[in-house]
This record gives sequence, structure tokens and C-alpha cells, in this order.
Amino acid sequence: MSTNPNSFRNQPDERGHFGAYGGRYVAETLMPLILELEREYRAAKADPAFQAEFDDLLEHYVGRPSPLYFAPRLTEELGGAQVWFKRDELNHTGAHKINNCIGQILLAMRMGKTRIIAETGAGQHGVATATVCARFGLPCVVYMGATDVARQAPNVFRMKLLGAEVVPVTAGAATLKDAMNEALRDWVANVHDTFYIIGTAAGPHPYPELVRDFQSVIGREAREQMLSRTGRLPDLLVAAIGGGSNAIGLFHPFLDDANVKMLGVEAAGHGLDKEHAASLAGGRPGILHGNKTYLLQDDDGQILEGHSISAGLDYPGIGPEHAWLKESGRVEYTSATDREALDAFQLLCRTEGIIPALEPSHAIAAVQQVAPTMDKDQIILANLCGRGDKDIFSVAEHLGVKL
Amino acid sequence: MTRLQSAFAKGQPALVCFVTGGDPTPDATPAILDALVEGGADVIELGMPFTDPMADGPAIQAANLRALAAGTTTADIFRIAASFRTRHPDVPLVLMGYANPMVTRGAQWFADECAKAGIDGVICVDIPPEEDAELGPFLRDAGISLIRLATPTTDAARLPAVLEGSSGFLYYVSVAGITGMQQAGLASIEAAVATLKAASDIPVAVGFGVRTPEQAGPIAKVADGVVVGSALIDLVASHGTDAAGPVRELTRALSQAVHESRKADA
Ligand SMILES: Cc1ncc(COP(=O)(O)O)c(C=O)c1O
Repeated sequence: MSTNPNSFRNQPDERGHFGAYGGRYVAETLMPLILELEREYRAAKADPAFQAEFDDLLEHYVGRPSPLYFAPRLTEELGGAQVWFKRDELNHTGAHKINNCIGQILLAMRMGKTRIIAETGAGQHGVATATVCARFGLPCVVYMGATDVARQAPNVFRMKLLGAEVVPVTAGAATLKDAMNEALRDWVANVHDTFYIIGTAAGPHPYPELVRDFQSVIGREAREQMLSRTGRLPDLLVAAIGGGSNAIGLFHPFLDDANVKMLGVEAAGHGLDKEHAASLAGGRPGILHGNKTYLLQDDDGQILEGHSISAGLDYPGIGPEHAWLKESGRVEYTSATDREALDAFQLLCRTEGIIPALEPSHAIAAVQQVAPTMDKDQIILANLCGRGDKDIFSVAEHLGVKL
Repeated sequence: MTRLQSAFAKGQPALVCFVTGGDPTPDATPAILDALVEGGADVIELGMPFTDPMADGPAIQAANLRALAAGTTTADIFRIAASFRTRHPDVPLVLMGYANPMVTRGAQWFADECAKAGIDGVICVDIPPEEDAELGPFLRDAGISLIRLATPTTDAARLPAVLEGSSGFLYYVSVAGITGMQQAGLASIEAAVATLKAASDIPVAVGFGVRTPEQAGPIAKVADGVVVGSALIDLVASHGTDAAGPVRELTRALSQAVHESRKADA
């Protein structure tokens, strides 16, 4: 943490507030648990043995550091700034989600918890959670919206292979927010033995902080790698935003580098005037799932369903630190539609031989927009936070191809 | 004495009944509320429907969704409350729900509307004492009780914070879990209520998992009140717009068991 009072890296305060956002809006039953989690997290953070075990697993199990890659043909195609990628899609399990899961399962074991639950949208966080549970021999229950179970079948099978129980959730629109509700219900009923591994930088304090800290390995590595490869920092960071964990993981270590601009990319779905999942662009502040943040909601505060082609982005909220970073002006936020993400997906396949997940395809779509407006000696660093294997079926369907 | 204080000062335990506002339709709710009063309920909890009722089990989740599907708005809830108040000037009415619909137009707006509608208290599931500033001060200034929940995980260290700024009654959630789950053991309820009563003067009502007169009676012996929700909601689910009759019958049986629980022994 910085001692500079004007630092953007000093959040949250001791009550878990990022400016006006964040906090601990949970039922009384859970309150003592999240206070205990916070105490344990503080102790773990100060414990070199915990950090050493985290680092060791990231290196030898996850495969970190992930490469920093200059994309020459994409850069040439776009005809502007140099485009670089942080290759977190090469991690074990294929996305950045595993970084956080390693951290949280170590915390769970430190706290003596014997059962793990998680929510998942695209299934990437579910797979990552099932993976660490298999690795450490803990039983795992993953809640997943029934709609997502249907559109992410390969990941459902992966979770089952890894020994997890996948519980389809039929409430509401049967997507990520409903899965999160169900995970919270499970947690309330199993407070004594269960640890809830939340998959994004949202939820009640201390989750947004600890998920950010575990994911910040992305930005720390990228900063060092960029300095050692080019002798300078990037001009612009770009990342897709569902709940905001891969984005905050990349951004946070750079927040006090005043010359590094940052762009978070929400899912504009069918368009911001239609169905979408862009809570900063199309929502307003409210309270859901333990934190105060921007939410898609109607005038009465009823939560609206997000829509995105990407199951990992269609959450009607966003992590509270992003709400604060938006209001402070430090990070800019934009959005990309389903169509733009699909185009960007194909562009990366063709130009670089990399099949990205649909989530970072939204970031690539934004890169497609901004790179041509920048000088050739400028550097864009985008987070390639997941690979596209899980998405080939839905992409084929959208492209009208029958597999 | 406030309406809530009077409800707990009748010389017998109180029956607190919960139904979701707007379930199955906003127009059907007034008759269901009247049935609760006619059946002998001492305090009415009116649920404000929410899309994401995280602390509720399947029965109340479904009730929330039915109410929203019927087009129930926050304005409907306040209309239902205000008309209840004109029909039943002395029966306390408490709104129960989740934070977002309560604060979405500003906590001041919400507190003002509650006061105008004659609401006596508010239970907000997901605003713990740590976030009291969000809603509590506005309700207290408007003369409305903030009714907090205590749970089996509320330890001695937290209890003073839970009690601070709460009034009307204390709602003891007898199981760590969601609504509609199994009932806690009587011994654990008795011990918990004793702890709560030692720390506070406000009445303690016990809820979660109480469905039948046979369950409610013994709890009423050790607590100031008993809360029943899911069992009533189940009747609304099965009888729809004709639910008032069955709701009145169950309430009558419950209120007898609760009101007479202490006489049975004597
Ligand atoms: C590959 C990938 N990227 C991004 C996300 C969105 O989450 P977040 O915004 O927390 O990074 C997901 C979520 O499932 C994902 O699987």
C-alpha cells in the first residue's frame, strides 16, 4: 500500500468502502463470518509463509509468470499503436480466474474450512475452483445458472471431471446473479464449515480487496515485463469487465503511474439502448450481493438481467473499486457489443493464431477502436484473460456454423 | 406507547405474521392482511418484493417473483400499507425487505413514505449495523422502528452493535440459514432468547422454520413473540386470490397456540 495520501492504491478504507462504494451489505448471519475472513486475510497477508506458498503454486501449478506478448500482425492490421497482450489465457485452466482461486483456497485451509462453494457464469471460475478443490482434496459445490449450464456445456463437464458438484440454478433468468444468490443461501446455511470462493472483485468486504490483491499478480508481472522488454511503461491498459477482477488485477499496480491511461470495457450486448450488461454505462448506484456499486436496475431498484454474448460478462453489477475509479476519473470505461466482440474474436484468430475467450474479445474490440487513433510509438497493453476453447460452440452458432 | 410496544404488552406472547406484498396480486393483498388480523395476528410483516431475495428459501423466493410478475411496485406496497392503516388503526405494520428497493430513491424518501403510510417499523435483511448510516438514521428521525435481526452467529461481542439503534422488537432468526428451513431445537432457542433478553429490554420474537401451532406454542413459552412466514406464503401459493380464508384459519390456529401457550402449563 502506498503512503502517498493522493494514491489511487489506498482503497478501501477500514470499513471496506471505496469512496462511496463497496461496504458490507450482508445478512446478520454472515456478518461475523466476513469479519473473521477479514481478520484472517490480514494475518495471511502479513505472513511470509502464506505469500511463499501462493507464489510457489502460481509458478509451478498455474504456470506463471504468463508471457507478455507483442502482437505484430494485429498491430500492423490496426495501423496505429503497438498492441501487446498479457497472456493470462495460457494459465492452467485457461483464464485468470485461477490466480484468485489459489489465493482463496489457501485462505480457506488456513481458516480450517472443509467445504468450498462458488458461483460461476461462463464456468471459468467454476472450473478454476473445482481445480483447486481437487488439488487440495476439498469437496466443491458450484452454483451455475441453468441458462449458463446449457450454453457452457464443456465447462460443466470439466467441473464434474474435477469432482465438483454442479448445481443448476433455475431462479430468475438463471444466470450469474441467480447463481450468486444461491451460493449466498448455501453459505448462510453452512456457516461453520464452508468457505465461499467468490469469482470476481465484488461482494461484501473484504472480497473486492482480496480478489484484487490475488489478481494483481497480473499487473505486477506486466509492469516488470514491460519495463524490462521496452524500458518504459505502456500508454494504455485495456481490459474487459464482468465483475472486474481481471481488469483490476491488471490496472491496480499501475494506478499511480500517472502517464498510464486505462480503459475498462463493459459488455454492450445488443447495444446500450437495448439489452446489455454495461452497469457503469447504463446503470446507477445501488446495493446487491453485499456491496454498493453501479447496478442495472429499474426505478424501484429491482435488478435487471444483464445480457451479453459472453456468459462471463452478463452480470448486472460491477466491482465497487471500478465504480470508484470511474467517479474519480482515473480509469475510463467504454463498451463493446456482441457483434464487435465476435469480429474482434475472429480478428485475433486470423492475425495472431490465438483463439481468445469472448470476454477478452470485448477488450480486443476496444483496442481495435483506439489503436488506429494512437501513434505508432505508443503502446497498448491488453489483458488476454481467457482462451476461447469454451466458446467455440457458441461462436459457431452465432456465425451460423453447425458443429 | 407505540403500536409495536402495545402489541407486545398484552400480557401474552405475540403472533407476528409475514406475507409478501403483491402476492399473488397487489389487489389481493389487502384481503390477506385483513385475514391475518381477523385470525388474531398481533403484528403484520409486509414483505417488499425484490428480484434477488438472497436470504429467502424457495417459498418466499417464489412469492417475490409472483408479486413482481403481477406488476407490484413500491408505490403499490405503500398504497397497500396506507389502506391497511385506515382499516386497522391499532395493528402494527412492519415492512420487511432488502436494501436496494428501500434506498433506491434515497433513504429520506423511503422514511418519509413509511411515515406517511403509517408504517411502524422496517426490517432490512442486508443492512447490518456496520452499514447503519445507509438507512437507520432516516428511519429513527421519522419515528419508525428499525428492527434488527439477531442470529445464532451473533456472538456476545456483536450483540451490543446489533441492539444499538434498534427498537420495536428484536427478530431472533433461530437457524443459520434461509427462510423456510427446518426449525431449530427448542433448547437452543430458549438459551438464545435468554441471552438476548439479558442484554436488552426490547421484546424478542423468534422466527425461521416455524410452520405449525404445535411448533409455535412451545416457542411462545420462552419468547415474547413468534414469527410465521413460509407456511402462510404456501397457502397463498396454493390458493392464489382465494387465499384469505385459508390464511385466516391457519392464523387463528397459530394465534390460539401462541396466545394460550403460557396458560396451558398453569
Ligand atoms: C475469461 C474471462 N474473462 C473475464 C471474465 C469476467 O470476469 P472479471 O471481470 O471478474 O474478470 C470471465 C468470467 O467468467 C472470464 O471467464
